[in-house]
Amino acid sequence: MFPRIPMLSYDVVVIGGGPAGMAAAIRAKELGLKVLLLDENDYLGGILPQCIHPGFGLHYYKEELTGPEFASRLAKRLVELGVEYKTATRVLEIKNYSDLEKVVIFTSPSGAYQAWAKAVIYAAGARERHAFEIGIVGDRVSGIYTAGEAQTLMDIYGIMPGKEIVIVGSGDVGLIMARRFALEGAKVKAVVELMPYPGGLARNVMILRDFNIPLYLSHKVVEVRGKGRVERVKVVRVDENLNEIPGSEFWIEADTLIISAGLVPSVKKLKAIGVEIDPATGGPVVNDRLETSVPGIFVAGNSLLINDLVDYVAEQGELAAEGAKEFIENGGIESRKWVKVEKGENVRLLVPHYLSGDRDVYLYLRVSKPMEDVELRIPEIGKRMKLPVVKPAEMLRIKLRAEEIRKAKKLTVEVVKA
Amino acid sequence: MKTKVAIIGAGISGASIARVLSRYENLEVHLIEKAPDVGWGVSKANTALIHGGYDDDPEKYPTRAKLCIRGNRLWHQWVKELEIPHVWNGALIVATKDEDFDELERLLERGRKNGVPEMRIVDRDELFHLEPNLTREAIGALWVPIVGQIGPIPAVIAITENAVANGVKTHLETEVTGIKVENGEVKGVETNNGFIEADIVINAAGLYADKIARMAGIDYFEIHPRKGEYWIFDDDVPGPKRVLFPTPTPISKGIVVTTEISGHLMIGPNAQDLPPEEKENLATTKEGLEQVWEGAKKLWPQLPPRSKVIRTFAGLRPEPTGGDFIIKAEEEVWGFINVAGIRSPGLTSAPAIAYEVAEIIERDLGIELKEKEKWNPYRKEISHFFMMTPEQVNEAVKKNPAYGKIVCRCNSVSEGDILEAIERMKFIGVKTPSVDSVKFRTKATTGTCQGSFCRPKIVQLLAKEYGVEPWEVTLKGKGSEIGIGDVKVLLRGDA
Repeated sequence: MFPRIPMLSYDVVVIGGGPAGMAAAIRAKELGLKVLLLDENDYLGGILPQCIHPGFGLHYYKEELTGPEFASRLAKRLVELGVEYKTATRVLEIKNYSDLEKVVIFTSPSGAYQAWAKAVIYAAGARERHAFEIGIVGDRVSGIYTAGEAQTLMDIYGIMPGKEIVIVGSGDVGLIMARRFALEGAKVKAVVELMPYPGGLARNVMILRDFNIPLYLSHKVVEVRGKGRVERVKVVRVDENLNEIPGSEFWIEADTLIISAGLVPSVKKLKAIGVEIDPATGGPVVNDRLETSVPGIFVAGNSLLINDLVDYVAEQGELAAEGAKEFIENGGIESRKWVKVEKGENVRLLVPHYLSGDRDVYLYLRVSKPMEDVELRIPEIGKRMKLPVVKPAEMLRIKLRAEEIRKAKKLTVEVVKA
Repeated sequence: MKTKVAIIGAGISGASIARVLSRYENLEVHLIEKAPDVGWGVSKANTALIHGGYDDDPEKYPTRAKLCIRGNRLWHQWVKELEIPHVWNGALIVATKDEDFDELERLLERGRKNGVPEMRIVDRDELFHLEPNLTREAIGALWVPIVGQIGPIPAVIAITENAVANGVKTHLETEVTGIKVENGEVKGVETNNGFIEADIVINAAGLYADKIARMAGIDYFEIHPRKGEYWIFDDDVPGPKRVLFPTPTPISKGIVVTTEISGHLMIGPNAQDLPPEEKENLATTKEGLEQVWEGAKKLWPQLPPRSKVIRTFAGLRPEPTGGDFIIKAEEEVWGFINVAGIRSPGLTSAPAIAYEVAEIIERDLGIELKEKEKWNPYRKEISHFFMMTPEQVNEAVKKNPAYGKIVCRCNSVSEGDILEAIERMKFIGVKTPSVDSVKFRTKATTGTCQGSFCRPKIVQLLAKEYGVEPWEVTLKGKGSEIGIGDVKVLLRGDA
């Protein structure tokens, strides 16, 4: 406790003002909770304001919006409801004194505060993996950006990073940035993908054909050289075990290297209070209310697992808020029994990890490798779903009914040949 | 009349010399640096250790042996006066074979000869008490409590700020193109920014000290670069409490495992000799990094997964002909003083080197040095949000709301910290706005995300304070601009 810094008091503090956090705060307010939303940017929306391309909201709003449009709809609703929020704030620490006593210490241009709350919803998003993390060696030069940083430079601050671009990673963010650069007149010389298949949604892979951008599958960027600025990058082919093939190296001349090598949930502050982390998702282990292993700490959005649709992110925010409401009213989330969900064949990650059987749930999962004509099976309850095609890039979302869940002691989800 | 002194090179040696000479009222000191900021040469990338002074053989390398221990003792004073980030955590030189003890005994003996206090050999039990996660192969160690770590660039910055506060003039982005010598005496230095008159020229040019010496007609030594590569891990990876060395071999002190002052596990360096012309080759290599990894694993078996790497980098040590530091007034050119070949333990020795140079000026050049009546030995470190309690934050925001606003989330660096850093950059004459200048003063961009969140914001602050377009802000000086223009520049066809 800090007796000399101002103390605020709420039912729920929501950390993060992106789509998960805003949806959570809105739902919490609708459920009658006293809620405070904190965000570190000067504006709400998280990364959405920099995502000026369409493709947002088809499930959640049943229409196609851009990132800023999606964000402003949520922000508008937030303001209409009178949700209290603070921007330009940064959470320094979360303290977990007891089940219904949490303290969120945060700083802002008006100083540091301690906000007491009965529950915390953590929706701080993710960070991008950077060049060092993926083992790129060579010179320390300007012109190496993560995709998100390049997007911020271009679409928030109006800065053109460079003109000859190599992109590492063919996930959605990398592909969208390839288009973004091409639209501003830059030459995208290559998209380099480690895996033998593209990492993004099919609609985004089309971008490469539309803009005539070469895609190098089973390749990686291993080295950057230049004086002051990137001048060239070295690319090498990899075999089926992802080992570099000697002699296959070649150089591409470029002034800019964009790293789009995946996202990592931001969970350091959760780890600090003992929240259990799932190595597969990089996010917390949660039950079907998205409550973590620390009672009263809920999580949603990309801090929970990396989502490919903002619609699911917002849905998770709402679910976490409903969990927080139940937690506060009952002094905890109770269940007759928790059913553990296990990953079976070709399931790389899966959330939530524990189901109560009290309610219907959505399972979010990703496969390890692409397959065609498969079935998603949960043998314990005899569930089978036909899927024409599955890809690691596309998150699967399946609904389980409460009575199905209650039938089993545990559930195993597998994706196998039909 | 004042004696004009030109110091070439604002690294740890040049800056330390400038500070020490700033004490004398009859000297006018000019510090000349070709980079946009201080400390960006050899001083930038090294193991950041304040060595113990036990391993330099006084027979073979008398200058190194003498100045290392003296430098160590001086740093204990300088870090306090100048508020330089530091930790005195001691070092363990670890034996894994019985024969290693012979070498440790030799080091102990040598250390005693060099005047190193408090060293002793510890047995296996005590060793694991000191460092429980060390390799199980360890059988004992030499324990050197006076070893410490500092931030090398923050040190150069602190020393330069203090020197400037005491009247030293800096000339940044000023490259020396010639040394004017007349009748066997130096007259000054020619630079890309004009001629700087000088009675004494001190060559502290790091990797280029041989080139500068040749400009004065002195060519008895050559500097070749020796590359060392490093890995730094995320701050949630546990590292050792002390600096861990393997038992040295005749060629190398070996690969160090340490937790550097900002709390990150760091391993390195290896040693790769490069030809003299490769003085800008700071590229990391797969082979070099693997070598470091294998070496470090022998002391610290639980290296984290590669996904926990937040940065790899390389540094160059300036290896002189003969191996010892070359610190002397050259007889054939009166007023020309070489401070060359300052390889490891150069960082440790720097304060001692500076006093040595002052002695040389008095003794060999016969210039009596008169102390100023008022000389300020102190310098205040800039504000660091991460060191403030919430109460202190609330005091700071009363002065400026920017102190409550975080820019770098990984390392909790506030906008106020950054504005102060920019003010300090201007104070020592930094003309080109660089993200790296802010980074070395605040630690912004050095955390888990490596700047992908905060760099665009720092660019905005630099652009505003320096009155330039944001895309003109550089990463590390001219030629490393953040962008090529506004976002429509290519469509307009201007770039």
